[in-house]
Amino acid sequence: MQRKYDYIVIGAGVVGCIIARTLSRYEGSVLLIDKEADVCMGSTAANTAIVHAGYDPLPNTLKARMNVKGNAMWDTLAGELNFPFERRGDFVVAVGDEEFPELETLMTFAKKNGVPGCHILSGPEVRRREKNITPDVSGALWASTGGITDPFAVTVAAAENAVMNGAEVKLNTAFEEFIMDGDRIIGIKTNQGEFFSRWVVNCAGLYSDFVMHQAGVRPEFKIRPRKGEYFVFDRADVQIDNVLFPVPTEKGKGILVTTTIHGNTLLGPNADIIDDKENTSTTTSGMDEIWAGAKKLVPSLSKKYVIGTFAGLRPMGNAPCKTPGVDYNKDYIIEIPEEVRGFVNLGGIESPGLASSPAIAQEVVDLLKDAGEELKVKKDWDPIRPARPRFREMSQKDRKLLVDMDPSYGRVICRCENVTEGEIIAEIHSPIPATTYDAIKRRTWLGTGRCQGGFDTPRVVEILSRELGVSPLEITKRGKGSKFLFRPTKKVEN
Amino acid sequence: MLKKDTYDVVIIGSGPGGLAAAVAAKKEGAEDVLVIERDTELGGILLQCIHNGFGAEIFNEDLPGPSYAQRYIDETLELGVETLLDTIVLEVTPDRKIIASSKLHGFVEITARALVLAMGCRERTRAMIQIPGMRPSGIYTAGTAQRFVNIEGKMPGEKVVILGSGDIGLIMARRLTFEGAKVERVCEILPYLSGLTRNYVQCLQDFDIPLQFRHTVKFIYGIDRVEAVEIAEVDDKWKYIPGSEEIIPCDTLLLSVGLIPENELSRQAGVLLDPSTGGPYVDESRQTNVPGIFAAGNVVHVYDLADWVTLAGYEAGKGAAKYAKAIRTRESDHIPVIAGKNVHHVVPQTINKRSLEDKEIELQLRVLKPIESRTIIEVHDGKNQITRKLERYVRPGEMNTVVLKPRHFADVEKASNITVEVNPR
Repeated sequence: MQRKYDYIVIGAGVVGCIIARTLSRYEGSVLLIDKEADVCMGSTAANTAIVHAGYDPLPNTLKARMNVKGNAMWDTLAGELNFPFERRGDFVVAVGDEEFPELETLMTFAKKNGVPGCHILSGPEVRRREKNITPDVSGALWASTGGITDPFAVTVAAAENAVMNGAEVKLNTAFEEFIMDGDRIIGIKTNQGEFFSRWVVNCAGLYSDFVMHQAGVRPEFKIRPRKGEYFVFDRADVQIDNVLFPVPTEKGKGILVTTTIHGNTLLGPNADIIDDKENTSTTTSGMDEIWAGAKKLVPSLSKKYVIGTFAGLRPMGNAPCKTPGVDYNKDYIIEIPEEVRGFVNLGGIESPGLASSPAIAQEVVDLLKDAGEELKVKKDWDPIRPARPRFREMSQKDRKLLVDMDPSYGRVICRCENVTEGEIIAEIHSPIPATTYDAIKRRTWLGTGRCQGGFDTPRVVEILSRELGVSPLEITKRGKGSKFLFRPTKKVEN
Repeated sequence: MLKKDTYDVVIIGSGPGGLAAAVAAKKEGAEDVLVIERDTELGGILLQCIHNGFGAEIFNEDLPGPSYAQRYIDETLELGVETLLDTIVLEVTPDRKIIASSKLHGFVEITARALVLAMGCRERTRAMIQIPGMRPSGIYTAGTAQRFVNIEGKMPGEKVVILGSGDIGLIMARRLTFEGAKVERVCEILPYLSGLTRNYVQCLQDFDIPLQFRHTVKFIYGIDRVEAVEIAEVDDKWKYIPGSEEIIPCDTLLLSVGLIPENELSRQAGVLLDPSTGGPYVDESRQTNVPGIFAAGNVVHVYDLADWVTLAGYEAGKGAAKYAKAIRTRESDHIPVIAGKNVHHVVPQTINKRSLEDKEIELQLRVLKPIESRTIIEVHDGKNQITRKLERYVRPGEMNTVVLKPRHFADVEKASNITVEVNPR
């Protein structure tokens, strides 16, 4: 017999996980599903990891409102869920006099959107604050509320906190169609069977158009993936310690030169509109474009210290803004549509989706309340998700204490990033168990350094195999089909 | 557990360089010698090098890697060298304090009177050469694949393309073929071999594995696992030549695209690195700029043969033992050794004038460009030739040496610096 839930959330990206976590605050049962082997496998997994201030979206759009409201919620979120977050502030850098007027446009947006802490800085002042910047800088917009974070850590922490508060998570579970009773959604069919619920929330990101079409909602809505490619630099060679945007163009926020919360300098993204929702390839032309764009801001960059390249897809939609008089057709969708009952529909949540995610979750709660949901806070709701030890971030003194307590934290598995066996074991047995190499990598940051997993991969395969009690031949990089090993080598007769 | 917290000589790494340093340090009279190894056994990467080709220079024998390692492991243990296995060094300070961590031994702090860095090297990765495409499972560096096959006994692939003609890639082409995999192609972006000629003959030619020079991987296909790679020919500027593309279905891409000396600990300790080698500047005793810190083997520059690494390890171990006994101190009276025409780098980078009375000094070098005819390696002081050596050919894939003998020392001592250059005869 299938269990009946109050809320099913489709899609375990940052938006889905924060919504599941927010719903787990209230009485009622929550099921979060994702088609992949882990949470945070789609758009949330590959972006610039910036909590945008909110000066960029066109005023009076839902995007602008969610961004600014969401940005202000991050201190509490990070405090409760114990993930890394810093309000480092960011610069939008104007190069040459011709770009300077763009800063004034952004300043107008900032004022209209209600973004606090924005100022226009002179060229010399920008150079004083970031010595690597191009000598052609004519000024910058400084936004003090801009933040940097680790999207994997946020998403995993939110999903874990949801589980701590009673939510269920089913991975490798792909939505196929809705189960209807007249005009009411009563459940979903998946590749893992049927699940029933009173409400279904569409957080399917790149596939949100497919999900809403299955409900008969917005047949004209279409997600066009906008691909962005990135370069990552060795942490040992810090080149940039700030978040530097170029002035935006019609293609988006442009190619950044930015630090990350882990201290690696990151370049990117470009913006390439494609059709294939699984095409996260890097390309020669894309990498050339990023390099040229980044060099415009920081001419001294050297490719010698590049240790990683990746690409991600932004789920760009085509929904018109609902505010009268605003001509904008890539706005977010956050709605309870009229044509079906029991459906909360989200779509087109591209950048600044990360920054907006806590506000989007609150918006969903407000919509449900408007629709008559009681939403009573659980008595025993625990907003705190405790952090687990991170050897790489600890002082030698604290490391010694940790190793004395549990010797498995003394065995370093990833040499470049100093990740220990103890951390890996803890992730495998956490509330959202890490069962693949990439799940371990994204939670611990193992394999992200100079050798890119060359040293740790055989050891992680061995630990996963041991802890999960399966053959090493069954261990995968990121789920079904991505195995590392094919068969044992030939046997030798002694 | 450790017997002491201070040792005469501590060696980080137990590959051929580290083991030789331990043996030499003991023989030179160091009393307390400790080797720290991150893996669970002594021997380093030699343990996964089950192919032959080791020992020709030192033993005049043709040994597999583990057998070669075992000779030094036995000698190390017989001499009473202490070992810390499954232990990783987290930090080294300029005054030779070492912080290390281990599941077995806990968190340890050790002081070394002299220290030998023998951490070896790591492999260049896909990202460093920025191969475009998807990021599926099935892309391995040749050394990681070698560990899977030879240590774990598991096959990382069945249909394989290898990028780069480095030695490990060539060796793995043969190894995977032995195990029943199909190696479809080896591509090398350069117009010549990166590894040893003998490995090309024995590992590719003998198994009819095609090698293409001036070819590289242009794109990697596959969402979950590698499904194919697109290769293309390149011109002199490494730009793809239109129309030369070919898609090769495969499930695995191995990378053998170079090695980088592993020097994160060295940098922490204040050791200066030579940008042309990626390893420390060393003198002829393998001492770095930091007094009492020595370095030997692939951590200094990448060698073709383990035998050479062993010999460098001997020098470092001996130097470290002497230093520990306060016989030898860092001298400022050093003569720089300069990489001249068609020379990528020379090791040692300096010669201590004081050691000119000892014994002959071998200069090790790699050329920038191959010369496939008779060639002269010349050592001069800027004006006058000090010595020279004839070679039938020189290739970047094969290290060359030239020896300064005691009869040259008078000239060396007078020189403000000496230069090594390589020219066609």
